[in-house]
Amino acid sequence: MLFPNGWLPYLVGGVLIGLGTAVIYLTTAIPAGASTFLESTLSYASDRPRFQKYRGSRDWRVVFSVAIVLGAAAYAFTLGDGPWTTDVQPWRLAVGGLLVGVGTRLGKGCTSGHGVCGIGSGSRTSLVGVATFVAVAVGTAQLVAALGVSP
Amino acid sequence: MSDHDQHPLFLPAVFVGGLVFGVGLAVSGMARPEVVLDFLQFEDFGLLLVMGGAATVTAVTVTLAVTSGKRAPLTGRPYGRRLKTFDSNVLLGGGVFGVGWGLSGICPGAAYASLGVGNLPILWAIAGMFAGAYLQGWLRDVVRADDPDGVGA
Repeated sequence: MLFPNGWLPYLVGGVLIGLGTAVIYLTTAIPAGASTFLESTLSYASDRPRFQKYRGSRDWRVVFSVAIVLGAAAYAFTLGDGPWTTDVQPWRLAVGGLLVGVGTRLGKGCTSGHGVCGIGSGSRTSLVGVATFVAVAVGTAQLVAALGVSP
Repeated sequence: MSDHDQHPLFLPAVFVGGLVFGVGLAVSGMARPEVVLDFLQFEDFGLLLVMGGAATVTAVTVTLAVTSGKRAPLTGRPYGRRLKTFDSNVLLGGGVFGVGWGLSGICPGAAYASLGVGNLPILWAIAGMFAGAYLQGWLRDVVRADDPDGVGA
């Protein structure tokens, strides 16, 4: 069973993610990724030169990220299943989040920047980036499961 | 690059795009770490359809826009491809991101969407991501090895 829960929501969701990206790209020519927000938003609170680099885009990135939250909420609380809570343990979310924060910024992109915009641009760098993080994530998830960590 | 002196419709366009992006993340199940972890354990291959569908739509859009030779109406910027320079950081950062993604089942966009579906524990992941981004920026300032890429993603 490749898709034990059906395949349509995945495809429809993926197309919508692509359309959201397309709306921003067609109107502004900006390939919007989700992880730069983590760094650009820090410029509101930190004077570090590294974060000032993204000062020019920080306002729209806040708007983009807040819109993602609202779009997901709009679906979940209307057509979707209502509020939902994960069973994945907080330490996994926190430690995983820390590594995601370091890795996406160091590696120049995440699943949306490299995975959607980069792949969609035919970028070899993004293809290698995606291959790297998917392969490592598969190995990590299998190892964590084999060690009996659940949920 | 500064995005100020904006067209009045610039932020609304970003907002609409973000809304659709967020709906897609919720519909696709990517806002649920469990769904991503199922993929990474080869129990449900849905994530491939999500990324494949999104990348395909984007590829068509980018190709049509770039070949049109036109500029974006709200910024006047020429349409281009998202091409980052390749170096060892892509592999190193990809590896670190992969460990975090495999441990938590969460990536940045999906985490924001997860908050939207009412998943409050995801705040642990969002706090972790900000801390990680700060740590990485601090290290990079210390090492002073800046990357030449502009806009970032």
